[in-house]
Amino acid sequence: MDFFNQSKIFSLINKYQSFVLIFFLLILLLGLTEALFLSPQDYLQGDSVRIMYVHVPSAWISLGIFSLMALLSILVFVFKNKNLIIISKSLAPSGFVFTLIALVTGSIWGKPTWGTWWAWDARITSMLILAFFYFMYLLAWRVFENKDNVVKITSLICIIGAINIPLIKFSVDWWSTLHQPSSIKILSESTIHESMLIPLILMTAAFALFSLLIFLMKYNTELIKIKIKGLDRL
Amino acid sequence: MITNFLNMNGYGIYVFSAFIFTLINFAGLYFIVSSQFKKEQQKFAELFGKLSAEKVSEANKQKINKEILSAGILSKI
Repeated sequence: MDFFNQSKIFSLINKYQSFVLIFFLLILLLGLTEALFLSPQDYLQGDSVRIMYVHVPSAWISLGIFSLMALLSILVFVFKNKNLIIISKSLAPSGFVFTLIALVTGSIWGKPTWGTWWAWDARITSMLILAFFYFMYLLAWRVFENKDNVVKITSLICIIGAINIPLIKFSVDWWSTLHQPSSIKILSESTIHESMLIPLILMTAAFALFSLLIFLMKYNTELIKIKIKGLDRL
Repeated sequence: MITNFLNMNGYGIYVFSAFIFTLINFAGLYFIVSSQFKKEQQKFAELFGKLSAEKVSEANKQKINKEILSAGILSKI
């Protein structure tokens, strides 16, 4: 398939990743200005609500990336396409980092809001489990030498880990938790004011661009690794 | 004014540590991934340099090999 022409993909990524970096920095600068200077305090939480602008986008993106990796893993079993494996592998590092950011910033937010750094609450615990799945995925690529085995194992990790995704999403509705329910809903009206929604959207866009940038760089690195093996075989 | 901004009514330590942690992670991940890219590119160039003339012409048939040798993380800015 021409769509998966590695030479073209490498060339396109090499050409456009700098623009992604510049666009990311611009949106991040706008987002930070809105989040730290222009957005209002919360009537209950005061200025601590600003942590939301790094915590929530990180959590959304970590969940989004893992869901995508799980979908790609199912497709790998069906189509046996090497490119899908490389895409999934290239998505994992930024997904793992965003999960860590969500956990740590959530903990920092918890101290002034709940009076504790950590609680074994359904939402927080399920996010910690997600971090373990990401860690296992990344570790499996380092530990297992046999390529066929590592593809099967990493795909299984993603598919099993995907069970945790709805648990994270609905944990605040299914159980009584310290974590507040969602303020932003796709199917019904959101309960967040526009003045806080704008910085949240900007920061989410910046974080999404960052994960795209890391994905592109990592994807090209993986392609070079494949080509090194190709040179060995010449 | 700056002190007020940094203090954020007593929440500054929490707010700025969350933002700084995030930005440090971004910078760290970016530098790790870009150094991995450069390392693999260098490895590729070294292997390519050791190839015989016959194998070089064979390798040059694949456009991606030339692209790898000329690629840079921020080469196109």
